[in-house]
Amino acid sequence: MVTADPPQPLLQMQGIVKVFPGARALDGVDLEILPGEVHCLLGQNGAGKSTLIKVLAGAHQPTEGEILLDGEPIHISDPVAALRHGVATMYQELDVVDGLTVAENVYLGHELSTLGFSQRREAVRQTRALLKRLGHSEISPNQEVERLSAAGKQIVSMARALSHDARVIIMDEPSAVLDSEEVGNLFRVVKELTNAGVAVVYISHRLEEIREIGDRITVLKDGRTVAQNLPVSETPTSKLITLMTGRSVEYVFPETDGPAQDAPVVLDVQGLGLRGVFEDVSLQVRAGEIVGLAGLVGAGRSEIIETVYGARRATAGTVTVDSKRLRAGSVAAAVDAGIGLAPEERKSQGLLLDEPVYRNVTLSTFARFARGGFLDERAERRAAKEQADSLELRPAGVDRAIRTLSGGNQQKAMLARWLVHGCRVLLLDEPTRGVDVGARAEIYALIRRLADEGAAVVVVSSEIPEVLGLADRVLVVSEGRVVHEGPADSIDEHGVLDLVMEGSVA
Amino acid sequence: MSEHKLGDPKVAVAPSDESARVEKAGTAAAAPRGRNVFSGSAGRNLGLVVALLLLCVAGFATAGERFGSVSNLMTILSLGAVLGVVSIGMTFVITTGGIDLSVGSVLGLASVWATTLATQEFGWVVMVVCALAVGIGAGLVNGLIIAYGRVVAFIATLAMLVAARGLAELIAQKRTQVVNDSQFLAVFKGNLLGVPKIVWIFALVAVLGWFLLNRTTFGRRTVAVGGNPEAARLAGIKVQRHLVYVYALSGLTAGIAGVMMLARTSAGSSTNGMLLELDAIAAVVVGGTLLAGGRGTIVGTVLGVLIFTTLTNIFILNNVDSSVQAIAKGVIIVGAVLLQQRIARRTT
Repeated sequence: MVTADPPQPLLQMQGIVKVFPGARALDGVDLEILPGEVHCLLGQNGAGKSTLIKVLAGAHQPTEGEILLDGEPIHISDPVAALRHGVATMYQELDVVDGLTVAENVYLGHELSTLGFSQRREAVRQTRALLKRLGHSEISPNQEVERLSAAGKQIVSMARALSHDARVIIMDEPSAVLDSEEVGNLFRVVKELTNAGVAVVYISHRLEEIREIGDRITVLKDGRTVAQNLPVSETPTSKLITLMTGRSVEYVFPETDGPAQDAPVVLDVQGLGLRGVFEDVSLQVRAGEIVGLAGLVGAGRSEIIETVYGARRATAGTVTVDSKRLRAGSVAAAVDAGIGLAPEERKSQGLLLDEPVYRNVTLSTFARFARGGFLDERAERRAAKEQADSLELRPAGVDRAIRTLSGGNQQKAMLARWLVHGCRVLLLDEPTRGVDVGARAEIYALIRRLADEGAAVVVVSSEIPEVLGLADRVLVVSEGRVVHEGPADSIDEHGVLDLVMEGSVA
Repeated sequence: MSEHKLGDPKVAVAPSDESARVEKAGTAAAAPRGRNVFSGSAGRNLGLVVALLLLCVAGFATAGERFGSVSNLMTILSLGAVLGVVSIGMTFVITTGGIDLSVGSVLGLASVWATTLATQEFGWVVMVVCALAVGIGAGLVNGLIIAYGRVVAFIATLAMLVAARGLAELIAQKRTQVVNDSQFLAVFKGNLLGVPKIVWIFALVAVLGWFLLNRTTFGRRTVAVGGNPEAARLAGIKVQRHLVYVYALSGLTAGIAGVMMLARTSAGSSTNGMLLELDAIAAVVVGGTLLAGGRGTIVGTVLGVLIFTTLTNIFILNNVDSSVQAIAKGVIIVGAVLLQQRIARRTT
């Protein structure tokens, strides 16, 4: 660990552990924030940044560890207590209420009032002053927030943080929704705040931003602090990425020879685009091939495969399966053509949780078993059972509610759905989310088996090692564009992170 | 706090032994639940049967033979028949997670349209076809506005409630239109094998409804669309189209009920079916169909209809003020929904 010798820290977190039922989200985090600095928090998806922020904001209580403010231990029992201590948080999802005015949003939860009568005029006056301080006098305090752009909403969120006389402001990926001009303005505000002695905890995946405004960096990995107080100006990018990579999870991937060179292209996507989200995505997947889409959360990976699937209507480009062009924006057409999707949010997008396993497995095919509109549940059950058994679904049997299955087995049921359908193309979004490590190897082997049996597979995952280990070929997606395409063994985790964080191979 | 429920991405990247524990915790928690006698679908219906039997006991105790006679039983059944048919359609709508407030008005409109002098001229078959067509047409409009116009079902069908009633008044000019067609009355009025014909119609609709919901692809789609519309869509089910069909079905049952109303009262009137939608929704929900969608029961709906009709009958036999009846109904509806939510919470 690199540790500088700082003056009296404003805020310290020592040995913070946060245990959720069955999972240790934070496992010993140290953080030290000086007055007037921009302290950057770095780490991959799932490293524990969000949980750490929530502990600071009072939304979660730490299981172990201490938080010190001005050297005094404090207890942040709830979000109000956090604000009282001068810790304000701007969450990644903009947390403003669309139906209220700017001033009402700024003073939401701590309305100015006398004897229960709200002091609207005073709130408007102070909001106007805050907006001016943030360099956005053009926003009227009386305007409804609904009409503002994402950047405008962020300004409101920031004004709210300032209205609490915050000493520490946590900004969770504040630049994610902003264009470059707005980012410039954000930085100006951040500098003004730090000049006034306010500390900013800044979370971003964009290293260039960190280089521009950051002072020191703390790196998290697997819920632990792996490096603390690295000076931004003296720490090379490669060192940061090395610190973030090499996660402790052991991945076991099936051996593969890859697809035959002369295998036919099954899925052909040309110049696909969805306005404002991603553009000009082209990919070909051969029978027997697994193509991986790597990138950070929010890079547009899920949107790409959902558009291929017709769940979103493409604004440009074509999708062709077995040289048959699909109608844009029609899931039914995609399913008919033999595409299957295992969606990212299995429970909310994939399953009927209270229905039995077999009905979930046959959700796309029950009409095929029916005669004249009358269901043949015996045939359905038999087909579902056959695939469930071949995937070794546990517990065996297909009559229990799918809610009672583990994540890994729910995922197997999703795969079984498309096996019953006989899919040519499988789109798998985060196939191992919520799946324990033992079952992961099994899922990987299944995916490879499906490819070996002739399916064209596209895998999306925010875990870079997973994509690299599983896929034959990898597309790296950053901010809605494919920035790299090549064989999976020609790039490593470090290289992918480099591409998505700085936009160039280091 | 929802960030760290089971299956969360954070859990997925935790070290191996920990996520394994999560999986175990999931299955362990699953094991002891759902063994309550009244939480299965048969059990829920059993509860309704018990409630119905208790009501019968109360009926005997307070009204004796007047309640227990065969003729009173037929009165209860004929009263329940119109409500029952509408409730079968409503069961489908509510199973998709929707609502149809327009059924009472559509019934009224169908009864009026089928009894205009112009329609009656063409004989009873045309009268029936006309009533059913009005019902299906209104349902289609509801469904199209809801599914493709993306208007909330509550608002779309509320608009239809108002508009259909208005159209019925316009056509009938607020007069009662007596059914002159003797063949219509010969076909639908009176008894068959000692049971009123409209009760037979209710029975037939209920049986067909049961098959449709439990044994056909239509029923499976209905449950899937209500249980998880996004999952249904991503599985390739044409959710919007199906919603249109379901509202059309609800309109159809309102049309059938309109014909039954004509048989019962021998008159078409723009006031026919007033407030019937509320009784239908209440009967469906008391019967155990989830308002949130994804679970529907025809048997439960039939029992719910019988419970409400029997209750009303007992009140009338005992000369209970209609205002008091209304209060009692309200209490029962709230009680039934509270019970339903507790059961739902136990199984999630």
